[in-house]
Amino acid sequence: MLYAILCYHMEDVVGAWSPAHDEAVMARLAAVRDDLAGQGRLSLSARLLPTTTAVTLRKDREPPLLVDGPFAETKEQLLGFYLVDCTDLAEAAAAARELAAANPGGCYEIRPVATSWKSSAVHGARP
Amino acid sequence: MSDPDWIDAALVSARPRAMAALLRYFRDLDTAEEAYQDACLRALKSWPDKGPPRDPTAWLILVGRNSGVDAGRRRSRQTALPSDEVLTDLAAGLDDAETALAERLDGADYRDDILRLLFVCCHPDLPATQQIALALRIVSGLSVRQIARAFLVGESAMEQRITRAKARVAKGDTPFEAPSPTERAERLLTVMAMVYLVFNEGYSAGGVEAYARRPLCHEALRLSRLLLRLFPAEPEVMGLTALMLLQHARTPARQDADGLIVLLEDQDRGLWDAAMIAEGLALIDKAMRHRQPGPYQVQAAIAALHGRAERAEDTDWAQIDHLYAALERMTPSPVVSLNRAVAVSKVAGPQAALDMIAPLEERLAGYFHFHGLRGALNLQLGRDEAAREAFHQAIALAGGAAEAAHIRQHLDRLQAEGEKNRGAVSEG
Repeated sequence: MLYAILCYHMEDVVGAWSPAHDEAVMARLAAVRDDLAGQGRLSLSARLLPTTTAVTLRKDREPPLLVDGPFAETKEQLLGFYLVDCTDLAEAAAAARELAAANPGGCYEIRPVATSWKSSAVHGARP
Repeated sequence: MSDPDWIDAALVSARPRAMAALLRYFRDLDTAEEAYQDACLRALKSWPDKGPPRDPTAWLILVGRNSGVDAGRRRSRQTALPSDEVLTDLAAGLDDAETALAERLDGADYRDDILRLLFVCCHPDLPATQQIALALRIVSGLSVRQIARAFLVGESAMEQRITRAKARVAKGDTPFEAPSPTERAERLLTVMAMVYLVFNEGYSAGGVEAYARRPLCHEALRLSRLLLRLFPAEPEVMGLTALMLLQHARTPARQDADGLIVLLEDQDRGLWDAAMIAEGLALIDKAMRHRQPGPYQVQAAIAALHGRAERAEDTDWAQIDHLYAALERMTPSPVVSLNRAVAVSKVAGPQAALDMIAPLEERLAGYFHFHGLRGALNLQLGRDEAAREAFHQAIALAGGAAEAAHIRQHLDRLQAEGEKNRGAVSEG
């Protein structure tokens, strides 16, 4: 089944990485990704832009309201995610551990996916 | 990540908040800085064994505050230093205090603290270069050596510059009371201008200097993102951050292998940093929803039009002309008009642009880019003699080897074509 591995970390800390360090971490993560992809298990992965770029559509009113944010000052922010095919939690945790070895600090939330819908084409975030 | 890397990133990211809180507590820049240094030293000693504290910033503030108080006592009456055991006990008691402080850190207070910390670096008596040096030292925590390298001066000269700047700040009245909304807005504007100065110190450098100065762009972006988190609904802060991201994204394409300037329209857009452009575009989109345009947003919107054009010929020059006209209204300046003239030349031709910049001559006679553009426009019109004259004036005013070399290329080409033509005539 599919597991979402949601990456949480302190944005301030990640933002303080030197470009060289950032590159090194990304290279190590790429190796883990390639490994998962090689086994045909990586469905999708993404690194998100900083939360400062985010807006929120509040649906608690009609019409829904688009606002800046999220403002909630949580300590760690959602910075990226992976969708990995795993037989059980043990396998998902093993995949997360491999990612963690490549990029320590922060935490991974491991969430089984209830249902997923694949579109025919996946587009990159090319501006 | 090895221990030192983790600790490094944690200390760097905690610095503005921790320094800001310590400045409010001690009301003195030097004491705050010493206290913070001391806290960092203790972190380097204790974190590798015990692991990172749950909230590094709160830990550093508490340890720094205690150490600063101790230092004060030591100075006033030679009391014995607390032993390491006392420190360990103190650290054990930190956990609860850390939690309480961490909660308060999220409040509005610390926003004013950080703004104050940045604001004291912008003391109006300080020349721009000293403001920048002070901010890099105090807020970003760059070492004097790193700053000296970025400014291409000796370490002792930079040390002196920073010491003088600090003395000036210490003499002035640092405003410690909470600012009114108007004061807060004014401080924010001053601080934003300083951040953009830091960026431009890094961005405007060419040639061999460019590489040494790149960290300044990186720091300015970090400061701007920090401001954005403090003021998440300020469209001008979004605009400033977007502007710097969109400009900095082009850095890898702005120079060729020989260090020569590559103009925007000749740049290999594949070298532009796609993630930075995406972030910049997202921010300017977000800012424009507020419908409160300001100079940073307009400049970012112009940079965004370049960022969105896949090829130089796809650039929406009419819209850029329109945006520069808006910028002229907001911040009238001959330099803005000169920039607009580039867009005008694309929309209405080189003659229209020349007509537009002619009245600027008096005020921009000593400005490199004025003569550079005048030369380029005359060149497009086939007026080689006028172009040559303008390029010679530009070269005399060039701000660095890269600028001079760029103009030299034009002159060499004119020279070669002139000789070719003369040759053709004599053959004929």
